[in-house]
Amino acid sequence: MSISRRIVGLAAALLLLSQLSGCGTIQPWVKPYERERLADPIMSFDPSPVSSAYMEHVFEVRAAARGGNGAAGGGCGCN
Amino acid sequence: MRALAPVALLAFGALYCMASRTDVLPDDRADALATHYSGGGQDINGISFLVRKKIGDHVSVSYNHLEDIVSGASIDVRTSGASPYRETRTQDGLSAEFLYGKTTYSLGVTHSYEPDYRSNTANFGISQSMFGDLTTISMTYRRTWNDVFKMECLVDDKALNYPCVEKVHDPAFGKKDMDERAYGVGITQILTRNSIISANFEVITDQGWLSNPYREFLYVNPGTGLGYGLAPEVDPNTRTSNALGFDYKYYLPWKAALDLQYRYFEDTWQIRAHTAQIGYTQPWRNWTFDGSLRFYTQTHADFYSDLFSSATQQNFMSRNRELSSFNEFTIGAGASYEFHVPYATWINKSTASLRIDHFIFDYKDFRNALLIDPTAGVAAGAEPLYSVQLNVMQLFLSIWY
Repeated sequence: MSISRRIVGLAAALLLLSQLSGCGTIQPWVKPYERERLADPIMSFDPSPVSSAYMEHVFEVRAAARGGNGAAGGGCGCN
Repeated sequence: MRALAPVALLAFGALYCMASRTDVLPDDRADALATHYSGGGQDINGISFLVRKKIGDHVSVSYNHLEDIVSGASIDVRTSGASPYRETRTQDGLSAEFLYGKTTYSLGVTHSYEPDYRSNTANFGISQSMFGDLTTISMTYRRTWNDVFKMECLVDDKALNYPCVEKVHDPAFGKKDMDERAYGVGITQILTRNSIISANFEVITDQGWLSNPYREFLYVNPGTGLGYGLAPEVDPNTRTSNALGFDYKYYLPWKAALDLQYRYFEDTWQIRAHTAQIGYTQPWRNWTFDGSLRFYTQTHADFYSDLFSSATQQNFMSRNRELSSFNEFTIGAGASYEFHVPYATWINKSTASLRIDHFIFDYKDFRNALLIDPTAGVAAGAEPLYSVQLNVMQLFLSIWY
């Protein structure tokens, strides 16, 4: 299966999931009033976006791996 | 394009079903960051700032600027015989998020400039909250257009620290194009009242000039004094990669957070990589402390070699150490202090932060060619493996308003 077909298939599955949630009757098992801890800034995936973008750039220009964890800065930095 | 029609239909249906609910835009904030990088013969000093502001209830815009001043000479520059150099990279980015019900659309453009590398990026994203906001799914698309040049030195003064006084684009190299497309899908899931996880899958595909204009490979050449010759690397003109990453956060009973991350990477150059990271965040009074350990390992590209048998051994040849096999270990620590700004009632919160990261790279098949010395019995291919340690320091101020 080509990569583009895999992406389209995955995207379709996710969107189908979204429709089920929008028009269905699935109830949340963690209520909004139970999310105080999750809302604490220490639980943020990206508490310092400028710092994390810089670190991501440092990693990307010194290794082959890329993607899968959010956007990184541009440029080459390749010398 | 026909294959995308069902996706568009499902997207429309999803947005129609969600339109009556509400979500939130990111906080208004401003960040200023100063960075210092040192190691491997290079120093990089940088500044960066980000300003984000809501406009009404549905729109949030942000602007980001950064500047890096690179100076020195890495092992690649020294192996090729080139002089230490100094150059500046600047980057500007503008983005906007639009919120309608449970759906957030994001648009952004970025321009990055170096004397020998110009890059323009446009990105689009859409995210959707569902299941009572327990789940958020997202899709992103990014397109980047790059122009690659090679600099040559017009005025060279060996008496200076940075001998190249004036640089111009090498007319023989000209301008090379490189285009990149990135497609991403992601999901963020609240698991319990103490834990949350996100998973992201991204496909990135490149086409055009993918070689580094300055990197050269080594090949056996007994006719020279050192026993090797140098020739410009030749990479394939296409590359596609897949990356799947997970990030799990857990709120500990004593008000602290544990962060576990893993990413698997593979590409059509036969590189495979694993990244694992563990982080810990501990608030204490006005302070927040955090520490992290990161381990990264990758295998080499199938056209990579530290030493080729001849200058024409195969069609694609590279000795680019970013494409070699290596392990990398990073240890990092940071501290952030929350303070009150007197008389600035419009500021809700402000923090000053310091973070230090130490990187250790151990290459498995990239040798230190600077140590080749046949007169001392160290022939090409027998020199020690290369390793390097880097330090990154970040100092930043943030305000929320």
